[in-house]
This record gives sequence, structure tokens and C-alpha cells, in this order.
Amino acid sequence: MKTTRRTLFAATLAAGALVAGFTPASAETKITFYYPVAVGGPVTKIVDGMVAGFEKEHPDVKVEAVYAGSYQDTIAKILTAVKGGAAPNVAVALSTDMFTLIDEDAIVPFDEVAGKDAKAWFAGFYPSFMANSQTGGKTWGIPFQRSTVVMYWNKAAFKEAGLDPEKVPATWAEMREAAKKLTKRDASGNVERWGIEIPSSGFPYWLFQGFTTENGAILMNEEGTKVAFDTPAVVDALQYWIDLSVKDKVHPAGIVEWGTTPKDFLEGKTAMMWQTTGNLTNVRKNAKFDFGVAMLPAEKRRGSPTGGGNFYLFKGQSAEQQKAVVEFVKWMTTPERTAEWSIATGYVATQPAAWATDKMKAYVADFPQAAVARDQLEHAVAELSTHDNQRVAKAFNDNLQAALTGSKTAAQAMKDAQAEADRILKSYR
Amino acid sequence: MRSPTRLDEPPRGRFRWPFAGSGRRTVEAWLLLLPSIVLFAAFTHVPFLRTFVDAFHSTPKGRRPSHFVGLDNWVDLAHDPIFWKALTNNTLYALGTIPLAVGLALAMALFVNGRIPGRAALRMAYFTPTVLPMIAVANIWLFFYTPDYGLFDQIGGLFGLAATNRLGDPSTALIAVMAVAVWKEAGFFMIFYLAALQQIPPDLREAAAIEGASRFTFFRRVTWPLLAPVTLFILVNAVINAFRTVDHIFMMTGGGPDNATNLLLFRLYELGFKFWDQAQASALTVVLIVVLASVALVQFVFAGRKVHYR
Amino acid sequence: MSLERPSPFAAVLETALAWALGALWLAPLLYAVWTAFHPPDFATRFDLFAPLTLDNFRRAWEAAPFARYFLNTVAIVAIVVFAQIVLGTLAAFALARFTFRGRDLVFALILLQLMIAPEILAVANYRTMRAIGAVDTIWGIVLPYLTSAFGIFLLRQTFRTVPQDLEDAARIEGCGTLGVLWRVYVPAARAVYLAYGLVQASWHWNNFLWPLIITNSVETRPLTVGLSVFASVDQGIDWSVITAATLMTSGPLLVAFLVFQRRFVQSFASAGLR
Repeated sequence: MKTTRRTLFAATLAAGALVAGFTPASAETKITFYYPVAVGGPVTKIVDGMVAGFEKEHPDVKVEAVYAGSYQDTIAKILTAVKGGAAPNVAVALSTDMFTLIDEDAIVPFDEVAGKDAKAWFAGFYPSFMANSQTGGKTWGIPFQRSTVVMYWNKAAFKEAGLDPEKVPATWAEMREAAKKLTKRDASGNVERWGIEIPSSGFPYWLFQGFTTENGAILMNEEGTKVAFDTPAVVDALQYWIDLSVKDKVHPAGIVEWGTTPKDFLEGKTAMMWQTTGNLTNVRKNAKFDFGVAMLPAEKRRGSPTGGGNFYLFKGQSAEQQKAVVEFVKWMTTPERTAEWSIATGYVATQPAAWATDKMKAYVADFPQAAVARDQLEHAVAELSTHDNQRVAKAFNDNLQAALTGSKTAAQAMKDAQAEADRILKSYR
Repeated sequence: MRSPTRLDEPPRGRFRWPFAGSGRRTVEAWLLLLPSIVLFAAFTHVPFLRTFVDAFHSTPKGRRPSHFVGLDNWVDLAHDPIFWKALTNNTLYALGTIPLAVGLALAMALFVNGRIPGRAALRMAYFTPTVLPMIAVANIWLFFYTPDYGLFDQIGGLFGLAATNRLGDPSTALIAVMAVAVWKEAGFFMIFYLAALQQIPPDLREAAAIEGASRFTFFRRVTWPLLAPVTLFILVNAVINAFRTVDHIFMMTGGGPDNATNLLLFRLYELGFKFWDQAQASALTVVLIVVLASVALVQFVFAGRKVHYR
Repeated sequence: MSLERPSPFAAVLETALAWALGALWLAPLLYAVWTAFHPPDFATRFDLFAPLTLDNFRRAWEAAPFARYFLNTVAIVAIVVFAQIVLGTLAAFALARFTFRGRDLVFALILLQLMIAPEILAVANYRTMRAIGAVDTIWGIVLPYLTSAFGIFLLRQTFRTVPQDLEDAARIEGCGTLGVLWRVYVPAARAVYLAYGLVQASWHWNNFLWPLIITNSVETRPLTVGLSVFASVDQGIDWSVITAATLMTSGPLLVAFLVFQRRFVQSFASAGLR
């Protein structure tokens, strides 16, 4: 009996040693990384390349990249995984998803995990990008693939209309005047070319935020619990947009499709357009005319919203994994890599240090239009983001569309949007 | 595809196998049914009941588990203008598409049933939209409606008409998506009319010819009454389709502008999978079920009385 | 205006109307074909002598994992049609030829699914899929469709037309229940299987809403969802590539339809009307 027990004890010891032997002291840490790419296109390869580079330098960390589709798909996938108790370790999702992820109790702020130099790290990014990444004094997101709205203009059309092709409208009044001259009608009065197109399908609030910022309005508080949709500055901004089509007739009536504006611009159907910096590469490749990229025009000030995705750090992982994630995110956002990423994809480089790299300098020298987004960043503001974000945004979008299509006045639409947003946000105050 | 339901016949053949006890037959029957019953229970009946329960509970969130809220979800739904808008739109959508699609289907069937040159090709032309995925169809139509260089504006341009923005204008957007539904469904309904027309005995036609009846009289007195059961069947299917086909909304308008093309099932998707609001979505699901149940009831009452297919 | 011989004028008018309608019905497809086979420059301009090209198809094929989408769709259609036929046959046989307590209740409960399609119950079904870990899997897409009330209904009707004598004869020859089903009933319903299979295959090839909800990665998305993701790009719409992708997605079904046109039409008629 005694021997048996002793044997058993020995065997247990041996087994334990064996197990320990198979798991080396420097255990390999595995992290899952959800990344939004709609299709298996070139961006997938770029991210794969970066992940491989990280793994090479960190042999003890294994990163499993999961391509989750569009931003919409990604957040759906994340929420599903969180509720199923299998959250990813790190993910890139819309910066405006921050409150949703906080409310679902899915993420933790980077501050505690990032250690002593956290403050310095966060300070390296443009403040306008950090605006969508911080709330309640904590940093929940690290800017990665970010964009902003800029104005594209067709220099050939400017020349044809007798305007200086190198002088882009810098104020609302100038934009309106230029658009009037640029709008071309045939003998029977049908429009052959519009002065300007600003898309209003899908997510009109994003482009509208350009107007509101320029008119000196800030749409929400930092806590994401209050919005200010019905202030005079917002209503006036909306009225200006409406007037472009209704009064001045330099902008198409009704809803302008987001997806067709670049095509309209390339086809010469519109002389100017507001679009994301993400379209830079597309326009550069396909434009058969000389074009320019400019900051959005100013009214009381310059202004544009930022957009795009941040890194998030998820709850419920081991300390090693958390450390590995922070290491990974830091690695992905070094100035050098940020520059490479920006050049390869067209996203705006997120830190001043990235623009100071030699690579980036060479790129800008060759393609100066790329620097416009950077210069605009000092005027840029956070994208509209609140608790229950999708709903608040929809209330705002619906009413914007109602006003743009003439079924409500600007004032009424903004009043309705405010009332609906207040109703939704009531429970978060 | 949808089906008619003729449940009125009592089961036939009360055959009893002499050397197998009825107990064994019963076990066998249940075993044959088992896989289907399990699947139906898991994905139809249990979810059906659960939806009713969920409609009286709040949406669980990370920090707030679901709890009983009584009629709150229903009050919210009743106060949601977008719900009423979607309901109105869906009613208009049904009223607008169904008569047109069914009327066209009948015309098509009559054309193709007659001795018209190129009959087979015509039948194919009418039926083709039915086999195409709605999502693909919507893409093509989206292109048609594009202001300036879409097909409609190009044709209009030949006659000097100004560019239009049908999908971007709330007064025309719903009509624009309805046109797609009519185009997609008319050919499908035609098939049923065609099958029924071919069942009409030729001697009826001969007799009418001898009496010198005109084609119109023949249609009104003979064909149309004989088609009544098929018409009812098609109508029921058309109503159900009007409430469950929203694929093209995703592609063409996303429910906009300002909810001008938001339909109930699309709204359900928004609530359930964009806002992740399980409570509201469950309440809306119950509404949809009630709508579809009343359609089924209408069919059952009418069909039970006098209709028989074939 | 007699019944047998319509006046020439009426006949011409009818033909013209019928063909005008036919042209209208074919126009969208023809337009898509035109755009897909010509360079993007001609997408917005009609020119009879524009050069033909397959480049749009190549670009679409390279821009998105359509091969994977095809694979997923084929898998989904195959699983659903196969399962529906097998499970439908078993259940229909029980309901058509067995007498047992509760049969009518079971049948009525099954028919409930005719009214409440799986997509209506998407919210509750999504929760189930999450609970069993089937979100974003092929199984998650097909599970709610594996058995169909309509299929059971259709096969039950067919089985009941099979003469009882045939079953009795087979029993005397020593066939068990499954043997009888396989030897007597299945052959009798061959035409129904074909018709039903065609209808279901085309329906599930085209299904969109539930797969959209339950999938969120390339590995599981069927063609319809892949196409919708592909077409809603951030960077503006390239119609030539999108029409090419659209045709590609519906291509196999369209070709099958053109080849088996008669069969298809008959199937839709019979599998919907019985």
C-alpha cells in the first residue's frame, strides 16, 4: 500500500515535471486581433506583413489576425464574441464605438496597462484623434486607421469657368460664389456640371459636422451623454447646406449618394466635392484632369470631423496577454510604421513624429495633396460619438435628410433630432 | 418558396398492419418525425415563444442584466415614429406593388398562353427576374436610378428632360423601390396563372366559340372565375412577400431618405442588429407575426370554404 | 372579334404589347451585361462599337474572394436541399401513412412555420446561435432551414396519392418501414423531388437577410452577402466592376435557368401549387 502511494506520488511529480517541460518558462503568449477589412484586398496583405514583422521581433507572442469585414461586421463580431465569453484580446473598431464597448463592459483603458510612459505615448498623437479615444480622464482607444473630410476640386473646370485653378475657395461665401460660376447648364437649362456635391446618404452627419464645426458649434460633450443639435449655429449651418441646392442651385437636390460622388467628380459632373481622405488614392489614380485637395472652407473657423478606427484593449485576459497587446499596439503605432501604413493605405498618419520621418517627407514632396489632411488636423474635432451611438446618429441622420429633402425646415429638423437624442440619452445621465 | 395550405382533407388510409402492434407503428412514426420536430422546436417554436417573453423584458447590457419591464417596450414602440412610418410604408408598399404585380402577371400569362410569335422567348423574358438574386437585381436598378448617367436619366436626356434623383427624394424613393419589387415578382406570379390557364378544359373554349362569345366575354365569364382560387393564392403570397422581402432596401436606400423607404422587417434589422436592442426588436417581431398570422387566417377562412387548386 | 380568330389589328396590338413588356423586363439584365463586358469608360455612355472586354470580371474576381463565396453558397445550398429532402421525406411519410395520437397536432404545429419564416424570428434565433457557438459558421446559416414545413406538406400530399396496395405488396416481400419508403414512396415522388429541389436551390442561392445577420467573415459569407459587402465600398462605385460581380453571382443560376428553362418553370408552378 505504501509503495503504491509512493509510486503514485512519484508519478505525479514526474507528470508535473513533464508538463512543466512542455511549457517553457517563457510561455508563448497568444493574442487574437480582430481587424476590419471588407474584402481580402491589398490592406489584408499589409496588415499580415506587419503582424509577421511583429512576431519576428517578439518570438514569444503569437498574433492571430482575424479579418472581420466592414466596421459594422467587426463591431457585430466583437459584441457576439464578448457575450459568448470569448472576446478578442485586441481589435480595431470605429472610434465612435467607444461608448458602446464601454457600456457592454467589454474594454479596459490603456492607462493602467501601458505603464509609466503611458502619458508620453498618448501625447504623441494628434489631439484631434485622441478626442474620440478618451473619456472620463481615461484613454480607451489608440488611433490607428484614421481619416478626415477634405475638399477635392477640378482645376480644369475652374479654368473653364474663368476661376484661378490654383486658388481654392477658403470661406463659405467664396465656395458659394465659385460653385455658382462652376455650375454649367445646357441650352434647355439642364445641369451638365454641378458646382459642388456633398454626400448625404448613409451617414450625412459626418460631412455635416464639417459645417457645424466651421460655424463654431460643438455637437456633444466628452462624456457622450449630451448633444447640442438645436443650437442656432447648427441650424444656420444646415440652412447653408440646404441653400446650396434650393436657393443657389449649385448642388444637386435631394440625397446625394456617398458612393457615386467620386464617380461624379471623376466624370466631371461636379467641379468640387467633399469626401474622405480615404479617396485620395482612388481619385489620384483615375482623374483624367488636374485636381487639388484642400481644407474645408471656413465660416467662423476652419473645421472638419475625424473618422476611422482605433485599437481597443479587451477585458478578461491574462496579465501576460495584456502586456503583449500593449506591446503590439505600441509596435504598430511607432512613427516609422505609422508613416509606412499611411503611405500604403492613404489613411492619415496619426502622429506628428510620423510626418517627420524621411519616408513621409519624400512621399509628401512627391504628392503634396497628402499633407492637406495633416494641416487640417489642428482644426479638426472628434466625430460625433455618444452612448447608444448608432441610435443617436440615426436620429440625427434622419432629420438631416428630412431637412435636405425639404420635408422639414432646418430648425424643426434639428429640434426633432435633439428631442429624440435626449430621449435616448436620458438613461445615461 | 411560399406555399398554399390546404389542410382540410382528413387523413386517409387507416391501415393497420396485422402483425405489427400499433405501439411499434407509433414509435416508428415518432422516430421518423423526430429530426424535423427537434429542428422546428429549436428554430421556430421555442424562438417564437421566447420572442413573446423577451418583448416584456429589457435588453441585457454588459452591466445591466435583462429584467421584467411589463408593457414598457410596447409603449416605446407605440411612441416610436419610425415604427409608424415603417408600418405606413409597408402598407403602401403592399397596396402599390400587389395589384400591379398580379395584374401584370395575369396579362403576361394570357399573352404567353396564346398563340403569340416568340412565345418561349417571351416567357423566359418575363420569368428571368425571378431567378436572379434580389440583391443583384437591386444593384442593377441602383445603377438605373443614378442621377445623370443612370439609364433612366440617359433616356430622359435624349428627350431633353432634366436629371432626376428618384432614390434621393422622399416623395419618389418608395415608388422607386416598389418598381423593383413589381419587376421581380410579376414573372413569378405569372407562372401560377399560366399553370392554371393550361388546366382550363379546351371544350369550354370550343363551346364558347360556337356561341359566338367575344374574347373579352369569355375571359370575364369563364377564365376569370376559374382563376379565382389561383388569384387568392397569389394574393396571399404577395402580401407575405411584401412583408418579408427587404433585400433591395439594404442595397438601394438603407431605408432612407429620412425613413421614406423603411419597411417593418428592415426596421427589425435596425433595432435588432444595428442597435442591438433586443427588447424593442422582440416587440416588433410580435407585431410582424400578428400581421402575417392575420394574412394566414384570411387565407384559411377563404380557402377552407371554396378554393381548390389544380 | 370572335374567339377563335382575333382581328389582325388586335393580334398585332397584342403581340406588340407583349413584346414591349418583354423588352422592359429584359432591359435591366441586358444593360447589366452591356456594362459588364465593356470598359468602364463606356459604363455611362452607350456606343455600339465600344470594345468588348472581360477585364471587369477579372478585376471583380481579384478584388474580393468570390471563389470562397461561391464555395460557401454551394455548400449552403447542397446541405439545405439535401437535408430538407431527407428530413422532409421521413416526416411526410409518418404524417401521410401512420396513424397515431397527436398526429394532427404535430402537423398543425409544423405548418406554423409556413407563416413564420426563419428571418422573422432572426433576433431570437441569433441568440440561440450565439448560445451554441454557431454565429459566423456555415451551420449557423443552414440550421434554421434544415427542415421545411412546405417540403413536408408537399411530400405528404404526394405520398398520399401512392396506392396502399403497393405498400402492402412491398411489406409482404419483407420490406421494413424504411425499405417501403425507399422502394415505393421515394420513386413515386421523383418529379416532386426535382421540382422542389430546383425551387429550394434557387431560393437558397438568393437568400440574403439571415446570412447577412449571422455571418461576419469571408469564410462563411455566401455570394449574396459578399456581393452586398463588395458593392457598398467607401471609395465610390465602379459600375463596370459591380455589374460584372453581379452577373458572376447570378451567373450559374442564370445559366441553369436558360438550359433547363422548361423544367424550371414547371417546377415553380408545381412546387408552388400542389
